[in-house]
Amino acid sequence: MRINTRKIRTDGKEKIRGENKYLEDLEFKNLYYARTLRSEVSRGIIKEIIYPEIPENYYIVDKNDIYRNEVKMVEVDMPIFAKDQVNYIGEPISLIVGQNKDVIIDIINNTKVIYEELPSVYSMEEAKANNVTIIEKENNEFVSHEFSTGDISSLNNCEIFDGVYETTYQEQLYMEKQGAVGDYKDGELIVYGSMQCPYYVKNALMHATGYNEINTRVIQTDTGGAFGGKEEYPSLMACQVAAATLKIKNPVRLIFDRREDIMYTTKRHPSKTYIKSYVKNNKIVGIDIDISLDAGPYIGLSDVVLQRALFTLNGAYQIENANIKGTVYATNNVFTGAFRGFGAPQSMFALEQHFNQVANKLKIDPFEFKKSHFVKQGQKTVTNGVYVEKIKLDEIADKLEKLSDYKNKMKLLDTEDYYYGIGVSFVPHGGGFTGDGEAEHIKAKVKLKKNKNNTVEILIANVEMGQGAKTALPKIVASVIDINLEDVIYNNPDTKYVPDSGPTVASRTTMVVGRLLYKAAEKVKERFNEEEFIIEENFKAPDYLVWDPETFQGNAYMSYSWSGNVAEVLVDKITYDVTVKNIYGVYDVGYPIDIKLVEGQIHGGIIQGMGMGMMENMTSKNGKIEQNNFEAYSVPTIKDMPHMEFDLVINEYDDGPYGAKGVGELTLVGIPPAIASAIENAVNKEFFKVPVTPEYILEVKEYADRNQI
Amino acid sequence: MQIEIKFNLNGEDVSIMTDPVRRLLDVLREDFKLTGVKEGCSEGECGACVVFVNDILVNSCMVPMANVINKKVMSIEGFKQTKEFEVIEKGFLEAGAVQCGFCTPGMIMATENLLRNISNPSVEEIKEGLSGNICRCTGYQTIIEAVQLTVKDGGELWKSNLTSL
Repeated sequence: MRINTRKIRTDGKEKIRGENKYLEDLEFKNLYYARTLRSEVSRGIIKEIIYPEIPENYYIVDKNDIYRNEVKMVEVDMPIFAKDQVNYIGEPISLIVGQNKDVIIDIINNTKVIYEELPSVYSMEEAKANNVTIIEKENNEFVSHEFSTGDISSLNNCEIFDGVYETTYQEQLYMEKQGAVGDYKDGELIVYGSMQCPYYVKNALMHATGYNEINTRVIQTDTGGAFGGKEEYPSLMACQVAAATLKIKNPVRLIFDRREDIMYTTKRHPSKTYIKSYVKNNKIVGIDIDISLDAGPYIGLSDVVLQRALFTLNGAYQIENANIKGTVYATNNVFTGAFRGFGAPQSMFALEQHFNQVANKLKIDPFEFKKSHFVKQGQKTVTNGVYVEKIKLDEIADKLEKLSDYKNKMKLLDTEDYYYGIGVSFVPHGGGFTGDGEAEHIKAKVKLKKNKNNTVEILIANVEMGQGAKTALPKIVASVIDINLEDVIYNNPDTKYVPDSGPTVASRTTMVVGRLLYKAAEKVKERFNEEEFIIEENFKAPDYLVWDPETFQGNAYMSYSWSGNVAEVLVDKITYDVTVKNIYGVYDVGYPIDIKLVEGQIHGGIIQGMGMGMMENMTSKNGKIEQNNFEAYSVPTIKDMPHMEFDLVINEYDDGPYGAKGVGELTLVGIPPAIASAIENAVNKEFFKVPVTPEYILEVKEYADRNQI
Repeated sequence: MQIEIKFNLNGEDVSIMTDPVRRLLDVLREDFKLTGVKEGCSEGECGACVVFVNDILVNSCMVPMANVINKKVMSIEGFKQTKEFEVIEKGFLEAGAVQCGFCTPGMIMATENLLRNISNPSVEEIKEGLSGNICRCTGYQTIIEAVQLTVKDGGELWKSNLTSL
């Protein structure tokens, strides 16, 4: 087959029929259920846990049942079960395990935990104030980074603009809740789960249990959505069910109910970004940025999230002088983590919104203002790396202007009932891990197995989670070898059989893993007349990738994907309800491996971005997430869906398969600022926070009106 | 308390001894192994668990077994054997309206319910008809296209207003 042949997704039929098996659909012989006993206080010392009488065949599994009570992520600061102290509401203390769910719930309801409460930190402001120190590091700062390009102090006679931009929690709300099953058979520890990163889980299990490479096995089960929410969190659950199964030597299943999942699993980091820009001749020539993220009590992936937020901070623009600073703060809120965009939605909202506001103050059309700053090939990033590849931002802007009819739409007026507004954003997103991450940390390895019957099997650790990996990757292999798509086999990864091709994150699956499969497939093709063999391919960093991990200088990414978005909104003059009428997008994702899959990522990213931009208002009060179901936390439904149109700019990337680059995250990142800018345009006021809810619009309008009196 | 509950499940008369307050969702999944019915929220908000009870689309997480006594229950497992299903399936495949798949069986059932009531729905009517089903992946546009393709391909199936089961 040829790569540009459109194929029906390989997993479509069984999903439509409800025949594929998610974790909860699998049967295990003699299965035990587990439920988590959780902390009720945000910070405190556990003085005593008073359990009721535990019936026969029911078990308590806690810190005493694990070899190393640490979840291995980047650091090992988070315990699997609370040690002597709890640090957030909902922190797991123990699992109650047994075969009747009602009995388990009874045990939990009749358990009393006695705490000596300690003072807590509930916001980044409180963390900074440092009246209470909750971690061993100074000023409640997990980590802080600062770097610069050019020389901002050399700028003089500039007009100065500044603003503070905020984003709140966002919950991934994958439709399939988090879950894991631990099993122990013939000396082998097996964990099944809904996850993005089987080898993260395997490494965490080996660290926690002392089991080794050979007798630790992780099997990914069909995953009903993830969006980053199943990047690091499954490691915690896997270690918990491992402790339980090793204790009772029977399979143990832990599946959260929806309220637990919403309240206690990782979410997008709340952020606060201060931006000060220096303007000369209607151009931003310098920028000073300071971004803060709320990590909760454990660092998890937060340093990596911060780095991605920082490295992308010149956005789609050439800014010659920049000072970039960022800090991750510890709080006693729920701990935060990966979510589609991974830091970029926060920093790009701040940057784009600032550009929009500066343009408006300079009385320049924001579209033109942003266009006049577009970065070009050969220019420098904020980390003093060089943009090596072709940048087609001008083409993106031209197509976007035509597709959206921006110039005519700008002239549209309010109606009797609605304020009309239009907004634009341009954002990049780097594909793959930052800097030398792919070469030094991930070191992806893929295998292709040619079988006697002329089928070819993909052996990788990357997962299908809805994004279409099970269609895109086989398409690459089938088209390189020139065989039918049906003759390429790609099963859910089982670490017993697949090498570590890295996690299914960072918009890297098609671009990085797909490229390795492409190269392996070329070798399979050469030897296709041989009966049976295996080809192995290892990641090698391209020569142009120069990176110093100590100073953060060099190319933060191998390649960038780019997008331009236009949003049109109607704001109800009485209720301030916002209706998004149209969203237009033009994307450079290199080359689309499958146009329908790319479309799926675009539409899905737009709607999730719309959620972040104007609907999904998740808040924490005294350490407790205030929205815990679909009703209180409203994500976009089909009725909220705007009209969506998109176009692509083809810009083949030499080190991507058929020229493909990353897609999945990019499509979300540009939407919150496009919508927020459109609302600014509609009501003629400035907005500094997303989501821009009707209540927030009211607050800004009322405040402004009162000030006029 | 356990009582005998008789009902018709996907065209077959069945009988079980169970607690009448157990949820239909659990009985379908645990006792009859009908795992195409998914639990998304357990509060009647997401639509992943919808089934027909006497031809009315309901969230099976909100239905106690006492309410299905002597009634006709149809889940995706029964519906997938119909001609209507085949046309809807083709529409969803062609439109690319499936991603993670967790909401999909519910979305298929809601589509059938919509077309039973309105055989040639407008976009607004499609949105209304599927508004009880949350999808976090697709952004919904391809789902609307899927319904439109279904109508284009086999709309006459619903015009006759007969269900083939």
